[in-house]
Amino acid sequence: MKWVAAVLAVVVVAGAALAWALSAPRPRYSAEEWHALGLAGDPAAGRLVFYAGGCESCHKSPGQDDPLKLGGGLELKTPFGSFYPPNISADPVDGIGAWRPVDIANALLSGVSPDGQHFYPAFPYASYQRMTPKDVADLAAFLRTVPPVKGKAPANALPFPFSIRSAVGLWKLLYFDNAGLRPDPSQSEQWNRGRYLVEGPGHCGECHTPRGFLGEMDLKHAFAGAPLPDGHGKAANLRGGDFLNWTDADIVEALTSGFTPGGDVLGAGMTGVVRNMAELPESDRQAIAVYLKSLPPLGPAAAKP
Amino acid sequence: MKRLVAVAMALACGITAVLADTDPIAERRALMKHDGEAAKTLFGMSKGKIPFDLATVKDSLKTLDEGATKSAALFPDNSKTGGGTAALPAIWENKADFDARFAQFVKDVQAAQAGITDEATFKQLAPAVFKNCGSCHELYKAKSG
Repeated sequence: MKWVAAVLAVVVVAGAALAWALSAPRPRYSAEEWHALGLAGDPAAGRLVFYAGGCESCHKSPGQDDPLKLGGGLELKTPFGSFYPPNISADPVDGIGAWRPVDIANALLSGVSPDGQHFYPAFPYASYQRMTPKDVADLAAFLRTVPPVKGKAPANALPFPFSIRSAVGLWKLLYFDNAGLRPDPSQSEQWNRGRYLVEGPGHCGECHTPRGFLGEMDLKHAFAGAPLPDGHGKAANLRGGDFLNWTDADIVEALTSGFTPGGDVLGAGMTGVVRNMAELPESDRQAIAVYLKSLPPLGPAAAKP
Repeated sequence: MKRLVAVAMALACGITAVLADTDPIAERRALMKHDGEAAKTLFGMSKGKIPFDLATVKDSLKTLDEGATKSAALFPDNSKTGGGTAALPAIWENKADFDARFAQFVKDVQAAQAGITDEATFKQLAPAVFKNCGSCHELYKAKSG
């Protein structure tokens, strides 16, 4: 009997050690590796990355309109609990003013904090991991220029078992490909730019792609629409239904002013998306349209216009 | 007995008629649809996609004015769900802010009605009207597409 207990103890300890090892955070860059890239970071270019990434939609201090007041604290209701995006202002104590560019890179590209913890994937690093190192360096330079805001966001309110942060490491093993995004040489530069914006910084799939049981994106149905995480309404299918009747110009317009071809004005989360997309050069919105229109239709066919 | 049935039927018809008349969800959706058509026209004109026409502008603004004025009262407590509504519960959690935004919308539309006399004043005053659509939809409208 004693040896059964001993074996059991060994199995439990080994299992725990394995789970711990497997779930360990893996930042993409060491300080030396990042430094070796030699990226200076251009704040003016980073401003556009900031808007392409829609950072302010979640990190802007709630209840005010300044997109550069990044005190965090907006409640994001999800089926896993409530997340409160942190302060990413330049405040060195409450914000991220003390972070080095490599820290920002590992947060965006690996979902790992400077103190070596996993971020929850409510922070859309599953998409941001496709960003180029140059865009990350530029964004990091821009974030140094935003005003510091005092005050920390409330702690996330997550029920067990989602409260176990290290479990995110196992989630990453299953669902985080960490593969970046390679340009497709058979497609035009414009198409590749659109795909990069949509799948990388724009993180469109975080709402428009349906999710599975553990919140992983169902990539077979990428951009085919999904219920919104707060339980109210649905992110539109970008590969079917009425959207198939939209022209490139309609998409560009909707991303500039919010006006849809039907006379509606995009609401809910899309209001912030439009506010951000409108800051980009028109060529970027056109590239997004070209990429979205190239997706093979999926879901209900378009009604006749 | 016959009389009783007749009275009951009359009452039932009357109640149905009253109910049909005061379905706030259907009513506000219809108004919003008209608003959308008017906004589409105005927006197309502001972008130069539709030729400027003062009479059409006035008509469209009138539609928005009526729609906004009437809609504000069409969000009673018993109209939170059903009927395909895209209204978010946040409306009733922040009713004062919601009503204030409708009031602002009416104010901006009326300022446009009073101030637009030609294409130049239209281009000047129309953006303030459009701004209201997104500012309200962001917080209070669920469906995004």
